[in-house]
Amino acid sequence: MNKTDALIIGAGPTGLFTAHQLKLIGLDCEIVDNLDKIGGQCIELYPDKPIYDIPAVPECTGEELTNNLISQLKPFDIKFHLSERVEEVKKEDANWLVKTSSGNTFLTPNVIIAGGVGSFEPRKFAPKECEQYENKSLFYSVKDKNIFKGKTVSIFGGGDSALDWAIELSKDCKINLIHRRDEFRGAQATVDKMQELVKSGKINLFTKYQMANARGDQKLESIDIKHDNNEIKNLKSDYVLGFFGLIMQLGPIADWGLNLNKKTIEVDTEKFETNQKGIYAVGDICNYPGKLKLILSGFHEGALAARACFKLARPNEKYRFEFTTTSSNLLKRLGKKE
Amino acid sequence: MAKITYITHENEKYTIEVQNGLTVMEGAIQNDVPGIDADCGGGMACATCHVYVKEDWFNKLPKKENGEDDMLDMAFEPKTNSRLSCQIIVSDEVDGLEVNIPSKQA
Repeated sequence: MNKTDALIIGAGPTGLFTAHQLKLIGLDCEIVDNLDKIGGQCIELYPDKPIYDIPAVPECTGEELTNNLISQLKPFDIKFHLSERVEEVKKEDANWLVKTSSGNTFLTPNVIIAGGVGSFEPRKFAPKECEQYENKSLFYSVKDKNIFKGKTVSIFGGGDSALDWAIELSKDCKINLIHRRDEFRGAQATVDKMQELVKSGKINLFTKYQMANARGDQKLESIDIKHDNNEIKNLKSDYVLGFFGLIMQLGPIADWGLNLNKKTIEVDTEKFETNQKGIYAVGDICNYPGKLKLILSGFHEGALAARACFKLARPNEKYRFEFTTTSSNLLKRLGKKE
Repeated sequence: MAKITYITHENEKYTIEVQNGLTVMEGAIQNDVPGIDADCGGGMACATCHVYVKEDWFNKLPKKENGEDDMLDMAFEPKTNSRLSCQIIVSDEVDGLEVNIPSKQA
């Protein structure tokens, strides 16, 4: 059981700056994120795209912004729990008991949801029949490539993940690569390499086809793929891999008794608190009159939510407002003063 | 101003007058047309405002820009007439446009 003053859900820019604000005012915090890396949408959706509306930063990419926020957290010791999804949030006396997908538990008076548009989950195949084979012979990521040895693997997708795995697994598997159009969005060198392997017969390429059906009694035996012109082909397959990127899903957050409005959480604009005392929402996931989905708004919301956390984490102390330019307390926490 | 008709998967029709300069996605979101999520807010980064455009209209619309097809790879059941509605800008020329909303966005 981890005890902390505040638990932040989401390691995107808003979550990171909220952590900075919490540590600055002397509170502990830990961060949980479902992705395997820090940065949220900035890293997952647009690492290379420039952002032009961060105050005092004329231009920076999603990756640069993330790296700057991480270096701003350097003076502080913050525990990150990556590749973990928060599954459950339950009231326990004055605290919230939080459980993650890896079985970690936290006891904290404050939970700050900085979850963007929810957690990133793999996009799945459309046909319903695919579901029953999921995590047995149909996967959306590769955990152990050895299980594919000597088998027939059908890989779907047109990006780097699909191409990289097709190339890698073609060494000791029979590979079908299926994509909905002729163009691939993977790196050119990877596309060229794949085309070579198609020519030498190591990869069977099917373009303008999509998944239509999965067949097999207990285990997967074959799949049907359908061409743009409706022609259907049946491919014997031991395994299927789908790489269609990630989609944001609200996920378990929907079950925590919060006031939801579409995919956002209603908050007040003083503490950014939800209808549940001690649960806050900041950044893209929160909603209030006039809400702007800008990174700068998330920073402001996180700063205010952090002050609200102080009250519940230190009920017998009084929060005092201080500037980093002059406060020796703050400068000590920042490691700038003995 | 253009009249845009949104047809849901359940075949419900929503005909809405959308201001020039807005996108077909914004016309749907501002008028609570169900089935268009637009998670990323129009940034061509999520493929959850995916629609199907009838053939005759599909060819009349300005062509897809770089990156739209890459995003459509990730849409739910993309077809040859798939578009991201955040990339279709409303003008007098698209008056009468009809778009079909897929059964799901993800």
